[in-house]
Amino acid sequence: MSALLVEIKKINKKYNLGSGILNSQKRIVHAVNNIDLQLYRGETLGLVGESGCGKSTLARLIIRLEKPSSGHIFFQGEDIFCYNKERLKTYRRNVQLIFQDPYSSLNPRKSAASIIKEPLIIHHIGKSNEREESVLELMAKVGLNKEQADRYPHEFSGGQRQRIGIARALILRPELIIADEPVSALDVSIQAQILNLLKDLKQDFGLTYLFISHDLNVIRHMSDRIAVMYLGKIVEMAANSDIYNRPLHPYTRMLLSALPSCDPKMKRRSMVIRGEAQMEEAIGCSFQSRCPYKSVICSDAEPLLKEIENNRFCACHFAGSI
Amino acid sequence: MPPLLEIKNLITVFDTTRGRIKAVDGVSLSVNTGETLGIVGESGCGKTMLALSIMGLIPQNGSIINGEITFLGNDLLKMSANEIRAKRGNEMAMIFQEPMTSLNPVFRVGEQIAEVIKLHQNLSAKDAFALSIKKLQEVGIPQPERRAQDYPHQLSGGMRQRVMIAMAMSCHPQLLLADEPTTALDVTIQAQILDLISMLKEKNNMAVILITHDLGIIAQAAEKVAVMYAGKIVESSNVEETFADPLHPYTRGLIDSLPVGCTGGNEDRDKYLKTIPGSVPSLYDLKPGCRFLERCPYADNKCAGREPILEEFGPGHWAACWNVRNIQKEKH
Repeated sequence: MSALLVEIKKINKKYNLGSGILNSQKRIVHAVNNIDLQLYRGETLGLVGESGCGKSTLARLIIRLEKPSSGHIFFQGEDIFCYNKERLKTYRRNVQLIFQDPYSSLNPRKSAASIIKEPLIIHHIGKSNEREESVLELMAKVGLNKEQADRYPHEFSGGQRQRIGIARALILRPELIIADEPVSALDVSIQAQILNLLKDLKQDFGLTYLFISHDLNVIRHMSDRIAVMYLGKIVEMAANSDIYNRPLHPYTRMLLSALPSCDPKMKRRSMVIRGEAQMEEAIGCSFQSRCPYKSVICSDAEPLLKEIENNRFCACHFAGSI
Repeated sequence: MPPLLEIKNLITVFDTTRGRIKAVDGVSLSVNTGETLGIVGESGCGKTMLALSIMGLIPQNGSIINGEITFLGNDLLKMSANEIRAKRGNEMAMIFQEPMTSLNPVFRVGEQIAEVIKLHQNLSAKDAFALSIKKLQEVGIPQPERRAQDYPHQLSGGMRQRVMIAMAMSCHPQLLLADEPTTALDVTIQAQILDLISMLKEKNNMAVILITHDLGIIAQAAEKVAVMYAGKIVESSNVEETFADPLHPYTRGLIDSLPVGCTGGNEDRDKYLKTIPGSVPSLYDLKPGCRFLERCPYADNKCAGREPILEEFGPGHWAACWNVRNIQKEKH
């Protein structure tokens, strides 16, 4: 396996919802719960889970937009939460984010070219004419033409705006791209264009992706390894084909079974889907209320993420036997 | 037996500061009792405006300038506002994408359902509230007596959509319009809501028009499908036909561009996804000829000259494309 790029160790993030006038109870949300995760250079790690499972919080921790409640994140061996101002700036050059909504993530008062150029100005890279040149070069790479450089975001379609967002993330030549639901706001026919582009760019620039999505089909197409999150924890992690061909965790099975198949002849589901994710912390497994395989031990002890087979991790007391 | 709902050549226009656009442009379709029609298309293709036209709920700047909407033997377009109001929520009902914005945040959900019941059935407030609890139970809400006292913000997204469905079902409609009912929901909750809709459909022998952008949902939940593009239906048939043998290049393009092939089998991840080049044309400056022309790999002179009309190529399988026969020949 190739070199370790990011290592996440026992990271926790709790949000204090506090008490208000109408709400006397103090509530704590454990958005990211004791997560260990490794990202290797050159791979695409897919992070999948339903809304509120903490996948975006994890992304924000990695990019240092949030401080963890406890735990460490190492980038090329150094703890990112110990960086000084100078080191942080270089870190931010190396790690860039692509956002979900191409409408709210672009400044409406700036032209496409100046949006893409801004990171270069902030990081004092190149002279003015060099900057212009590299902007145009990158615009061509992401499929935008020269004439569009001076246009403003509202003149572009959703797919083209996402291309601008991608160019802005790439202009600093980062090593790691965190793509947080990059295609979920786009129409089906445009999704495919952007997914192809992201694959091409990964090749051309030698990127590493952390690809976050709730769409199991998109994750399947893009990822080398996949981590499945449920209520702040990673419940299963394995190579792409293992997850889809032989899921170990009941939640992974439920997700796959819930996915509508595009074959009208396959209308039956392999598993009954019941319940909703419960935010309240319970003793034992967080999936127990929805799990068809629930047993006594599930409400007594929390299952930890263990290596069940070579490079296959699962947090279930019955992994491998169900 | 005549169909439950029949639409003929419906044109819905909008007057905006940039001019008049036809959001729905000459749509004809029919739905029978007990049947689910899926309408699929990308954003802006007019699928929501089609549903709102049926419900008589189009926004102020819109108007229906042509066509017939025959529901239970009556032309809805010839009815007065009061006559339509008596049907809406009673004989036909609609659920929307975002249940949070469709529910009133300052009333208990039980009261909101009771309001619909009071309006259409001659019941006292007390009886209507009791009935609303029964409706909540029917859509699978646990502890319905307690939940009826909740405000919308106290419920999860899936529960809110169940409340919307309970409200829509409160007067036993014969037609349910569901506009992207699961788009805002997680995939496991989506599966539950789709199961609920199909269960209610079977139980009440109701017709459903299911509007979505997700081909998987269409394949799973619908019996017939109509594909819309830029205000027009470009292909319609039963679901199996459309997925097995799509005739229109747009339908083919949509199915081919899915990240995991329709079989879900061993597709090659290194391969590029097939794409539909370009993007949907603006309804403000439509050129003559086929609306899919600029994105179509099969376009020729005929396509630029005249707009294709829906033609029947197999039993019940319609498509609006001049080149269907050539494309089919190439495929086989």
